[in-house]
Amino acid sequence: MSLTLTIDNRPVSGRAGETILQVAADHGIRIPTLCHLEGLSGLGSCRLCLVEVAGGGKLLPACVTPIREDMEVLTRSERLDRHRRRIIELLLAERNHVCAVCMANGSCELQDLAREFGVDHLAFPPLYPLLPVDGSHARFVLDHNRCILCTRCVRVCAEIEGAHTWDVRNRGSRSLIVVDLDTPWGESTTCTGCGKCVAVCPTGALFEKGRSVGELRQHRPALVALVAGRSTEGA
Amino acid sequence: MRVDDMRQRAEERRRYLDGFAHHLLVCAGLGCQGNEEIVAALNRAVNERGLADRVLVRRTGCMGLCALGPLVRVEPNTIVYQGVRPGDADEIVTALGRKPVTRLLLSPDLPFFTRQHKRVLALCGRIDPDHFDDYLAAGGYTAVSTALTAMRPAGVIRLIDDSGLRGRGGAGYPTGLKWATVAKAAGARKYLICNADEGDPGAFMDRAILEGTPHAVLEGMIIAAYAVGANSGYIYVRAEYPLAVQRLQRAMREAEHNNLLGHAICGSGFDLKLEIRLGAGAFVCGEETALIASVEGGRGLPRPRPPYPAERGLHGCPTLINNVETYANIPLIVTRGADWFAAAGTERSRGTKVFALSGKVRHTGLIEVDMGTTLGEIVNDIGGGVPDGRALKAVQTGGPSGGCIPADRLDTPVTYEDLGAVGSIMGSGGMIVIDETTCMVDMVRYFMQFCMEESCGKCAPCRVGTVQIHRLLGKFCEHRATPADLESLETLCDLVRETSLCGLGQSAPNPVRSALRFFRQEFLDRMVQPADTPEHNS
Amino acid sequence: MPRSLPDHRTDDRRWNAVDRTMQRHDYRPEALIETLHTAQERYGFLDPQTLGRIADRLGVAPSKVLGVATFYNHFRLQPAGEHTLAVCTGTACHVKGNDRILAWAREQFGLSPGETTPDNRLSLVEVRCVGACALAPVIVTDGEIRGKKSFAESTAMIGEWLGDAGR
Repeated sequence: MSLTLTIDNRPVSGRAGETILQVAADHGIRIPTLCHLEGLSGLGSCRLCLVEVAGGGKLLPACVTPIREDMEVLTRSERLDRHRRRIIELLLAERNHVCAVCMANGSCELQDLAREFGVDHLAFPPLYPLLPVDGSHARFVLDHNRCILCTRCVRVCAEIEGAHTWDVRNRGSRSLIVVDLDTPWGESTTCTGCGKCVAVCPTGALFEKGRSVGELRQHRPALVALVAGRSTEGA
Repeated sequence: MRVDDMRQRAEERRRYLDGFAHHLLVCAGLGCQGNEEIVAALNRAVNERGLADRVLVRRTGCMGLCALGPLVRVEPNTIVYQGVRPGDADEIVTALGRKPVTRLLLSPDLPFFTRQHKRVLALCGRIDPDHFDDYLAAGGYTAVSTALTAMRPAGVIRLIDDSGLRGRGGAGYPTGLKWATVAKAAGARKYLICNADEGDPGAFMDRAILEGTPHAVLEGMIIAAYAVGANSGYIYVRAEYPLAVQRLQRAMREAEHNNLLGHAICGSGFDLKLEIRLGAGAFVCGEETALIASVEGGRGLPRPRPPYPAERGLHGCPTLINNVETYANIPLIVTRGADWFAAAGTERSRGTKVFALSGKVRHTGLIEVDMGTTLGEIVNDIGGGVPDGRALKAVQTGGPSGGCIPADRLDTPVTYEDLGAVGSIMGSGGMIVIDETTCMVDMVRYFMQFCMEESCGKCAPCRVGTVQIHRLLGKFCEHRATPADLESLETLCDLVRETSLCGLGQSAPNPVRSALRFFRQEFLDRMVQPADTPEHNS
Repeated sequence: MPRSLPDHRTDDRRWNAVDRTMQRHDYRPEALIETLHTAQERYGFLDPQTLGRIADRLGVAPSKVLGVATFYNHFRLQPAGEHTLAVCTGTACHVKGNDRILAWAREQFGLSPGETTPDNRLSLVEVRCVGACALAPVIVTDGEIRGKKSFAESTAMIGEWLGDAGR
């Protein structure tokens, strides 16, 4: 069933059951995202895709909110962009994101967003947590210092590869991505070594061994097709 | 159990109870420690005097005045004894029918007793929670038989809607509307959940209700399940309440045994299977969608709403979630009617509310008042005021999601709207009295620490925002804050409130915002000018 | 996630109790939290081997089991000491000064909440509201609630309890 609505004052139409993000994308309207990846279950957790919907009090995440007839959506505003900037700053200050020595320098979604939203300094003090690096796997490395807890790795491994090697331990700011029963990655009994988690990671938290600074290049278009093709999401 | 059987059993129990000249009711609530020894001592004293056929010793749920416990009440004549020890048993029994034991006596004119309006708590402190027939004798389960045999589900929903009952868990969402949404939702399978997570520190209303009148909650759930068409339900109880779990388990067994749970309840065509699910210590699991995730056996991570649990909840099915106190109101509304319910309270906040009063107040304990009663009446009259000659500073409602109402606003009535207007919320009923010796900045830092540690971690604004806010509040507490810090604090509160995924994050800044509104000077007093700071932009 | 064949009844009565809990829920994944409760009750804490067996039996990924076990305050992945001192940090107890008790415990026993003394005698935990707020400040010694005491009374009581216990 076809529905009509407006996004940024533009009349658009979509199918019932589609999300605001999908319909916006179909019409060339870009909404920033970080935890979202086509083909994986939607979480609405990074809060970057929050949009204003007329008549409602709360901001809604475009990636998981279904469209409604006559919805009036605003994707950019001073208020929304201010929130996005601050969320990016919070993420950058949460762990140790030092681009200059990172594999993903130049190919990092967090970096791209920071640039897009004009983040040139941090309004919040960096927290400098002491976090480990797991280099036990033969081909890959997990560096918690670069992790933003988007859980794309968790979802792709559970939903697409079916191994469910990754999950999250603890809670709140103590949350950490974990392998099996907190095993070193190299000793995992479930990991298939497929590398999908490395491919979906938006930052330099997961990377291939043998890469140097700025050498991590994600094959994102190929990845999206792979993930979307294999999943049953939205089928 | 058929209606006639129930009536007969109730009659029998009433006759039995009426057969005694005196009842000695011993409060067996969590706050009255040593009550088992007191019961034993009283029984001994009664038996020694050969009075076992004239004096009945009974355990009851919480009588409310926890500050002066252990409590024993003598009926008839409603003589209440405070601070009772097992060694007082002989005196108490000897005094029956004679002049009461003066040194233990509590005045019946205490505003604590006279100014409350007990409806939900009417039986709490009057019946033995472990004695099924006590509940029957007090009229229990007549609402279930009425609803299931004489009313249609739509009729039950209309009744609850007419009553104006609003969710007692904190949000105050119209209960009838929620039920109607679940009833209308598409899907063959529906679920019912009782949220007994009561995570607010300072709140123990639900615990007392579950321990004191567990059957009232079950009865409300059965009626609700019937109304919305759910045949399966869960009571999610926090792990920190083992006694409540025990009492509930026993009550459920008794209900099952008497055809009030399970197959063809009361001879009707309605089936309901209930199960207890234990929480494991996570405040966020008081949030509906996080609770559902926990019942499903996972981490308590909230989910974006919409879709709401009423349409897509447990296992993707329409799910009704209500709070313990909400369910406990239902049997009363069914037996006494919507008008009776609405006769108490105000136009938009109908009925009564149970509060857990604690902190710097004389009569800490459990109370129930009409909605619309002022804070001043609750704290000064019922609560007996602030002890030790200190001045009242503020009253905190709503726990870590609420705000502090200053002393000069004690005329604020407790209604959803009025509490919202002063920057707080009704919350689940925790009410903390704060005196002049407490620093408000320290108070809000305590609440922020709580939110920070209980944050599930799923969304960045809450996960990181609460950490940053907590750090800033620390600077204020240490007298190191700058004007830039104050600005940062307000910015962060704004961000966390508007962009967090769930209610925990969205309301985490409330105590800070409330304190900045009414106690701003305390923040300003803890600031230094930039030139004075030893470090730069820390 | 392939499930292993059913355990034969083992000599380990603790594991049998855990298995009974899982069986009560038809070995469905949603039984995880109830199962962890039983496991902790019987074993005293959740060790990796037990977690692995539960993961296997319920058909839940080990990382998910660990994620659940570490999400909730109640579950312990380290053994508890012989005695446990729980300090309630609910609002009323905070207002009545329980943070002083925590500071004192740090000084006396060198413990932060969640830690156990090296000789395994005492574990200190923080509890977020036992719901006995009218008895604030509340301290729980080996499951027994002790409330309404002043700082001096509480510290003396704790000293006595530890001194007497284990004799």
